[in-house]
Amino acid sequence: MTTPATTTTGRGRRAALAVAGPAVLLAAAALFPLVFSSPLATTYGFDALIFVAAASAWNIFSGYSGYLSLGHAVFFGTGVYAVAIGARDWHLTGDAVFGLLPLAAAVAAVVAVPVGLVALRVRRHTFVVITIAIFFIFQLMAFNFSFTGGTSGIDAPILNWAAATYNDPFYFLALVIATATVALSWLIRRSRFGLQLRAIRDDEDRARGLGVHAMRVKLAALVISALITGLAGGLWYYFIAAAHPQSAFDPLFDLSLALMGFFGGLGTVGGPVLGAIILEPSQQWLTVQFTNDYLSEILLGVLFLLVILFLPRGVLPTLAERAGRWRARSRRRPDGPDAAAGGAAVQPDRQPEGTAS
Amino acid sequence: MTAELRTEGISKAFGGVQAVDDCTLSAAAGAITGLIGPNGSGKTTLFNIVTGYERADTGEVYLAGRRITGASAQRVFGLGLARTFQLTRIFPRLTLLENMLVAAGGHAAGRRRAHELLEFTGIDQYAGALAGTLSYGQRKLLELATVLAAEPAVVLLDEPAGGVNPTLIQQLADRIRDLNAQGTTFLIVEHNMEFVMGLCHQVTVLDHGTVVAAGPPADIARDPRVLDAYLGTVPDTGPDDGGEPGDR
Repeated sequence: MTTPATTTTGRGRRAALAVAGPAVLLAAAALFPLVFSSPLATTYGFDALIFVAAASAWNIFSGYSGYLSLGHAVFFGTGVYAVAIGARDWHLTGDAVFGLLPLAAAVAAVVAVPVGLVALRVRRHTFVVITIAIFFIFQLMAFNFSFTGGTSGIDAPILNWAAATYNDPFYFLALVIATATVALSWLIRRSRFGLQLRAIRDDEDRARGLGVHAMRVKLAALVISALITGLAGGLWYYFIAAAHPQSAFDPLFDLSLALMGFFGGLGTVGGPVLGAIILEPSQQWLTVQFTNDYLSEILLGVLFLLVILFLPRGVLPTLAERAGRWRARSRRRPDGPDAAAGGAAVQPDRQPEGTAS
Repeated sequence: MTAELRTEGISKAFGGVQAVDDCTLSAAAGAITGLIGPNGSGKTTLFNIVTGYERADTGEVYLAGRRITGASAQRVFGLGLARTFQLTRIFPRLTLLENMLVAAGGHAAGRRRAHELLEFTGIDQYAGALAGTLSYGQRKLLELATVLAAEPAVVLLDEPAGGVNPTLIQQLADRIRDLNAQGTTFLIVEHNMEFVMGLCHQVTVLDHGTVVAAGPPADIARDPRVLDAYLGTVPDTGPDDGGEPGDR
């Protein structure tokens, strides 16, 4: 701020990077199935994109508002079962079943309203516990109700597509959903709605005292988040071709979203994208490499601990901060609040070490 | 833009502790009213009740003659009554400008107002910095600025001068006077007597949740009941305070 000229060019370069980065990523994602056309590669790609959408959706609510949900599988599973039951009961077959995808989004969004009205009355750890409890209620319902098919679940209608290119429509549909979600996340972050969410994250009571209708804002964010998660669930169901209680309502899904958010950077637009692109394929790969199911989870757990230890705020914010500090040093700008921002922000995480030394 | 704030017979108990007891007071329209009293006399609880953070057991709150008892915090703010907190509360991970915009609104007029207020409080050079990087005194200024963003008719300040250096206290007092000259009503809780006596037109004294005295600062400073409440030295005058031996 003290040197307007350099800041402007710096900002211009950063803005160019902010446009070019996503554009390159999007182009790479669009070309991916053309280059790596094996069903295995496109399956990896599809799963990663589903998680880009779901983790970004989770971040729109949890990352921006600070209310950590470990119950988003409720919305994913609701999306799964909405299209599964719809297709079964209305006897839909073939490509027509994709017409049900909006239903997955709508039902998940509707479910989010009572879930939010209950869970959003409490904060922090209590909120986390409540979301887990609600998650298990939904899983139990899927297991026990007759209209969900109980433990045997519901098989999806068969799509008579060529095996070699079977994954491609799924991949591109997931890419559209993921791209739209990230764009929405970016728009929300810049909007007044996003500002109110971040104000709630920092100090909800203060936000209320400054005229923010906290409950309304939080609920809106949860509904938007649930809508996208349900949509992802619906598409995933057609891809997997079966709905089972333990896979549609999967506790690991909840943990994965949180892990991806924390890994990439909670509350940033790019963080969950990075988290999903790195973690989801790694998890798949580990599961394939080591037949022992639990090893991949143990390794992910170790990774999570390492992230918390060394990059407590996530990869993107830490890198941005390093870059900012490096820039500040190379430009020899003393004690501006910009330079102080980086240093002060890490201090709380390092406090135990600081007091010891 | 100017309004009177009045409470009538407000009572509030926490378990067995009567924090506010039949409290009736007013902050006259366009005046700066000080609210003083020993620790635990119910000042902050009263603020919480008036601004919708807590519910009174009994009693009513009126803003510009309109009953606002039990209104939510966000509604109270919308009606033109804003407050600061004893422990300064800002949004540390938002920039100063973003802090302002939460209260001011995102429209062009709100943005202009946000910048004006940052200038007014003298912290506009940090507009793009994270609020968490500010010093304690600067946070106080930012909190005051955010509160003013929606141009409230009445402002409640909870210990604005607490822990702030003398130069900044002077600056704060000047800002409050400026705003008051434009018609904003102030009700200020403060322990710094110099600050209160120099700034306020009226002073109300709370003790054990009840108003024990109200009047111009000069009278209050001489009022034996006030000295009694604060220092517990003057015997026999004033209402019985319940006779707790620990207070003497």
